[in-house]
Amino acid sequence: MPELNLTSAPAHLRHGSNIGQPLTRRDGVLKVKGQATYAADNHPSGMLFAVMAVSSIARGRVTSLDVAAARRHPGVVDVMTSDHKPPLAIDPEIKTNPFVFRMEVLQSDEVRYANQPIAVVIAETLEAATEGAALLAPRYETLPALIGLDAGDSFVPPVVGVGNPTENHRGDVEAGLASAEKRIEAVYETPPQYHNAMEPHAIVAAWDGDNLSVDMPTQGLFLSRARIAELFGIAPDKIHIRSPFLGGGFGSKGLMAGPQVLGVMAARLVGKPVKLVLRREQMYGPVGHRAPTRQRLRMGTDGEGRLTALDHHARTVSSTFDDFYEPAADASHSLYASPAIRTSHDAVRVNTGTPLFMRAPGEATGSIALESAIDEMAWACGIDPLAFRLKNYAEVEPITGKPFSSKALRACYEQGAARFGWAKRPLQPRQMRDDAGLLVGWGMGTATFPALMFQAEARAAIRRDGTGAMEIGAHDMGQGAWTALAQIAADGLGLDIDRVAFKAGTSDLPDAGIAGGSAHTATAGAAIHSAGAAVIAKLADLATADERSPLFGAGNTGVIARDGKLFRRDDESRGESYTEILARAGLAEIEARGMGAPNPAAMEEYAMHAHGAVFAEVKVDPELGQIRVTRMVGAFAAGRIVNPHLVKSQLFGGMIWGMSFALHEEAITDRRSGRIMNANLGEYHIPVNADVPPLDVITIEEHDPHVNALGIKGVGEIGITGSAGAVANAVWHATGVRVRRFPIRIEELLTQR
Amino acid sequence: MKPFDYVRPATVAEAVAAAAQPGAVYLAAGTNLLDLMKGNVSRPDRLVDVTHLGGLDRIEHLADGALRIGALVRNADLAHDPEFASAYPAIAEALLSGASAQLRNTATVGGNLLQRTRCAYFYDTASRCNKREAGSGCDARDGENRSHAVLGWSDSCIATHPSDFCVPLVALDAVVEIEGGNGRREIALDELHRLPGDTPERDTTLEPGDLIVAVRLPPAARGFAAHARYLKVRERTSYAFAVVSAAAALLIENGKIKQARLGLGGVAAKPWRARAAEDVLKDVAPTADAFQEAAWRALSDAKPSGDNAFKIELARRIVVRALTLAAAGTPARMPALPASPFASTSGALHA
Ligand SMILES: Cc1cc2nc3c(=O)[nH]c(=O)nc-3n(C[C@H](O)[C@H](O)[C@H](O)COP(=O)(O)OP(=O)(O)OC[C@H]3O[C@@H](n4cnc5c(N)ncnc54)[C@H](O)[C@@H]3O)c2cc1C
Ligand code: SF4
Repeated sequence: MPELNLTSAPAHLRHGSNIGQPLTRRDGVLKVKGQATYAADNHPSGMLFAVMAVSSIARGRVTSLDVAAARRHPGVVDVMTSDHKPPLAIDPEIKTNPFVFRMEVLQSDEVRYANQPIAVVIAETLEAATEGAALLAPRYETLPALIGLDAGDSFVPPVVGVGNPTENHRGDVEAGLASAEKRIEAVYETPPQYHNAMEPHAIVAAWDGDNLSVDMPTQGLFLSRARIAELFGIAPDKIHIRSPFLGGGFGSKGLMAGPQVLGVMAARLVGKPVKLVLRREQMYGPVGHRAPTRQRLRMGTDGEGRLTALDHHARTVSSTFDDFYEPAADASHSLYASPAIRTSHDAVRVNTGTPLFMRAPGEATGSIALESAIDEMAWACGIDPLAFRLKNYAEVEPITGKPFSSKALRACYEQGAARFGWAKRPLQPRQMRDDAGLLVGWGMGTATFPALMFQAEARAAIRRDGTGAMEIGAHDMGQGAWTALAQIAADGLGLDIDRVAFKAGTSDLPDAGIAGGSAHTATAGAAIHSAGAAVIAKLADLATADERSPLFGAGNTGVIARDGKLFRRDDESRGESYTEILARAGLAEIEARGMGAPNPAAMEEYAMHAHGAVFAEVKVDPELGQIRVTRMVGAFAAGRIVNPHLVKSQLFGGMIWGMSFALHEEAITDRRSGRIMNANLGEYHIPVNADVPPLDVITIEEHDPHVNALGIKGVGEIGITGSAGAVANAVWHATGVRVRRFPIRIEELLTQR
Repeated sequence: MKPFDYVRPATVAEAVAAAAQPGAVYLAAGTNLLDLMKGNVSRPDRLVDVTHLGGLDRIEHLADGALRIGALVRNADLAHDPEFASAYPAIAEALLSGASAQLRNTATVGGNLLQRTRCAYFYDTASRCNKREAGSGCDARDGENRSHAVLGWSDSCIATHPSDFCVPLVALDAVVEIEGGNGRREIALDELHRLPGDTPERDTTLEPGDLIVAVRLPPAARGFAAHARYLKVRERTSYAFAVVSAAAALLIENGKIKQARLGLGGVAAKPWRARAAEDVLKDVAPTADAFQEAAWRALSDAKPSGDNAFKIELARRIVVRALTLAAAGTPARMPALPASPFASTSGALHA
């Protein structure tokens, strides 16, 4: 792959520190010109096309495939089935670590969900492969599918999310409810949702002996490499993955998906490079989704409107063959102070692909239920929802009692409410109308997302020509890593951003962990920061130990790096350029590595979360039930803001997703067959531009010395939380009708006039 | 996908001849047909591409005051034709509320009329569907059928016709001009689409090989220009089919309704003309009570075909609203959000 030519347009010129500057994305021009190479844009010579055939039943067995017909079709090279496929080094059903999920890679004729891959046709053209797949005309032995939240006996899973305890409690919830002056109990339902990244999962795989070259979008270069290595029995360093750009991932590209493994298998089978790209409807099954939930919330308050108990139970589903449990009830751990809190989960098994992480997994589903219930509780107490939240403001993390590493939620409430004009909100619902007679409602929700850190490494170099390099296998999923991480790199190296060769997006670079959990900027940023510091320290050692340097002897007071020079900390008139130091030392370049990792001591001591407050206005047609969001204000405190421009975009996207959660998104599953009936972007509704109102985002700078060296908390997912509930609560405030099944449908508002 | 021939005739006569063989279908912009073919839902042997036929892309004002719209006029071109939009505002509003700007830019008049149902089971070839495969059964009947028909359905099919354009057209007595094996003929648009009965596989009364060459609006249709609206309730502001829609057009003289026209969309296998409701409104004052009465009449035969009883009540309310809006007068400018209940909300961006 040629070096990426990121832009250095005037928009990037700025003065002072790189971090904190609103640079436009450096890959923007490439993308606008269509020059950004996504995985499926690669065509190595001799490449063949692979197309998956997927199951139309949700449970049973494939009894026949007309492989002969497919093979006869002109251009078809081979047909990979459970009887004809290259061997794998290990059984893909074996879970070697918690981030390994079972996948369907033609291990048997069993069908466990609709849209499960059952064969792969490899051909000289996409058309021939597509036709070959159609000619397979599968026959099945069909068993009744298990569908929905009541599909079978429920059970308590051992853990939810990634290793979270299924149940948590503090204090005595039943006693808290019994002693309460006011109580509410409500059940909320959320539907299955699919990530639907614009770019479908794709892979171009090419074997050269035991060396494997892979182009594919991934949020986890190194987890993917490890998974391929174990499945194919080759050393990780024989695998080279390129993932310079993702057309979105939202969690569905975090882990190597079954279809991507099929692409590697197909390339091995035919001994040629193979490209496999999923069709949109094939993304509704083998690449994860957000599981449906049914959540029961019970709350009680004392005479002053302070919570005495909070009980949050979530029912969810997993597949019949693997375990991922949407940790929805965990949303109640960190937001509202209550002497008694209990969260619990149970689940049933259904015939779907295994649900997985989808943008704010657990937080999004849990938040809309919790924020709705808080709204209901506030109303039961006759207290304004913001006043109610302030009354129950958590000064320490409610479930653990730990202090927060930082928490500017009060400022979010204040500034968001002021900007929105919340003070004028009537307490009663159905009080406001606009000039056209439409009902107007105002709702709010609190946003929160944990400030996570994973582990990453980076390599930094300073060259004699006064430029620098920073290398890290980080991922740009569209969020702007090419820009934000380069800003951190530039500051770490004490250079202007355009003098730093920033490399990312391939698996031969140092391991940057995964782009997930809203932790990538923090984690990769910390590694970059420490690699920068390490290389500067080496350079400083060279200078301060050298009598010929004006910095000689400054070792104790220290030096600072800025604009390609080192200065004495105590006397900035004394300094020297990187070029001079390296030239005198006779070095072409000096390099160092750095790590970013969670700090267990700080984690033990502090609860770490980003926070926010979202305010929404909706209008509802009183007779027709049609809803329109007309305003949204979100105020977020998420530690240090590396690039306000990119952060705003992330928060906008999250808020729109929240509105989508409340009003639009739902995979419609046929209750008998288990097939998804709207597996396309025409009918799986997300908001269109005309649905999205003017959005107002306020970011509140937090200085957090505990989360990581740079004080970054992450903004990728928090925008959904709070927003979904704010919209739902605004619908109630407009209409007086409390809808507890999401998305809110027109018919539920027709009951009243 | 089944192999097919592709022919591109230059004249209407050639087209009709080329489409005479069994398994031939006309291809216009293909925004519906090609999707159906890619999904193996439609399996034609021959595509007769009509987009190069001369003379079918014109909007003609006829001497008697009628308007003739060629079958190849693009949905967007028609809606944005200023003269058309001012003479037939409800039709323009309906067109602009359909699909997306990109689709409207290419979709044709003829294709819009003959677009097929959006019933998900019709599209899903693993499901049983009497419309796709006669006699195979109807998986929508006990399936996910919240958006299905409440009028005119049968046990063999509960699908709806999805067009917005057709709703005001049927209300305004549009006529379809057809060129077929036996020459030219015309039928009322109201007679074009069929109710399913026992033969849901036949969407229309067209014979194989029939080419729609134009849609004609009779002279009287422009008489409603001052009081004509289209209203569409949908699940997002653009790029979504109607849950239920209505076109209302009134001729008001001296404070009384001289003539009323009412069409409903999203409720049946055809654009639904509510003649009984129109009769109720004849020679009465345009009052809320009269509109309520009309709404009851319009839906008096409605019954749910599944989880869709709400559509009956919704349709009544939409009728009342559409009539109310029409009585209030056609807005001077096309609303930013055409056909939306939020059409008048200020500050809205164009859908
Ligand atoms: C995602 C999506 C959303 C949509 N939303 C809406 C919506 O909200 N409202 C709405 O009304 N529509 C909507 N549409 C449908 C759209 O309006 C139709 O697809 C379009 O009008 C079809 O026109 P076409 O020229 O592409 O027809 P084609 O796809 O070319 O043809 C459609 C059918 O008509 C036949 N045909 C075409 N021309 C003639 C002719 N002259 N004589 C005889 N037969 C002919 C073809 O054989 C075919 O059977 C949507 C479509 C899509 C894909
Ligand atoms: S409703 Fe009609 S179109 Fe839908 S599945 Fe039944 S027969 Fe087919």
